[in-house]
Amino acid sequence: MRVTIDAGRCQGHGRCFTLAPDLFDSDDLGSGVVLGDGVVPDGAEHRARLAVANCPEGAVGIEED
Amino acid sequence: MPNPPVSDFATDFDHLDERWVKDPYPIWDELRATCPVAHSDRYGGTWLPTRHEDVAAISNDHDHFTSRSIIVSDHRPGEEAPPAPIGIAPPISSDPPFHQIARRLLLPAFSPRAVAELEGFTRALCERLLDGLADRDVVDASIDYAEHIPVGVIAKMLGLPPEDGDTFRHFVHLILEEVDLPFDERLAKFTPVEEYVAAQVADHLANPRDDLLSYLLNVEIDGHKLEEQHIFGTAVLLLGAGIDTTWSAIGASLWHLAQHDEDRRRLVADPSLLPVAIEEFLRAYAPVTMARIVTEDFDFKGCPMKKDDWILLSFPAANRDPEFFDRADEVVIDREINRHAAFGLGIHRCVGSNLARMELRVALECFLARFPDFHLADPGAVAWSRGQVRGPRVLPLAID
Repeated sequence: MRVTIDAGRCQGHGRCFTLAPDLFDSDDLGSGVVLGDGVVPDGAEHRARLAVANCPEGAVGIEED
Repeated sequence: MPNPPVSDFATDFDHLDERWVKDPYPIWDELRATCPVAHSDRYGGTWLPTRHEDVAAISNDHDHFTSRSIIVSDHRPGEEAPPAPIGIAPPISSDPPFHQIARRLLLPAFSPRAVAELEGFTRALCERLLDGLADRDVVDASIDYAEHIPVGVIAKMLGLPPEDGDTFRHFVHLILEEVDLPFDERLAKFTPVEEYVAAQVADHLANPRDDLLSYLLNVEIDGHKLEEQHIFGTAVLLLGAGIDTTWSAIGASLWHLAQHDEDRRRLVADPSLLPVAIEEFLRAYAPVTMARIVTEDFDFKGCPMKKDDWILLSFPAANRDPEFFDRADEVVIDREINRHAAFGLGIHRCVGSNLARMELRVALECFLARFPDFHLADPGAVAWSRGQVRGPRVLPLAID
């Protein structure tokens, strides 16, 4: 499982890096960025799904293996 | 002269109507079910979308909807007004592409990391306010507490005298609530705002320091410092947008907790639940409604919109849409799926959302730690603001 952010849709609401700080961070402008290669480690799947389910812009996605 | 009372909200709504000010949710729920994009002739023609889907579509359509004015009043900004894209208070009044240029100047000051540095100051401010309320049986959570927090924080950020809080709140009241004054009267009342900001700009030019106003005076776009109008507009925006919005969110959350013992006890027992609960308070009691102006005659989902019609862009109504949220009319403080629009949608997402969330969390943490048990001292005495920012302005709480 990998998390993604559509930079064209992200408006910097900050829900992803608040709910899943091990998977996302913010840049200097407050936009969400995926940490590393975005691969979701075991145990972080719920947080990944929360980030998707709480993005007001629908910018956060999950790619299943 | 107050506007005449509304008899039918589907054809004649008015966001200053007494019933709307007191409890708008049943009005929006009924409209959403029967007339999801309502129209009123008031203010020269205004549309009100109440479904999340429509609010999102309008927020993302900058061709048909301009942000030239974002506060509905009897005076529509005409040709003499600062035109889009810069507009009267950039970037909130700006359209693409200038919008993004003006917005990027501000975003670093409101990033999560920049906001985290203000948490200690905010906490000390809240604790100091609460110290002043010790031994009181009744505390007004709005007048004695909530209203001072965002004022203190934004004064600190901009580098304005903290003792000018009453002046800021007066400005905000004029900008956001006195929208039904005759235009000339409203315009005249803006003179002190202009004079105040001009004096602060002059002081910052003479005595540069490390604050947001000094930053605005020095920052450049393409090698040029900002135009005077840009600096003034942004300074007024930061004063006007950061105060009664967060004040309202803090007040509405405490208003809820005063009436829901179970929710309050859960948060007192486990403050780590607050960040999720805050998102639910923001959804259910979203303070801010924005506005847009229609740019040309066109048909929006069967609605014959006319050039220069207002759109009352109700994020609070979108947040109560049962098509978009389960149990939309209930406050569920541990709601797991919450794609609320309290800070807007699209390119105009509230630039201060990280700051607002931090202030709201710290304000509630400190209040609940100091006063774990309270209820409304007099439900009939609670008074709400009017206009496009909704929150309690009088909120007496009995401390148990």
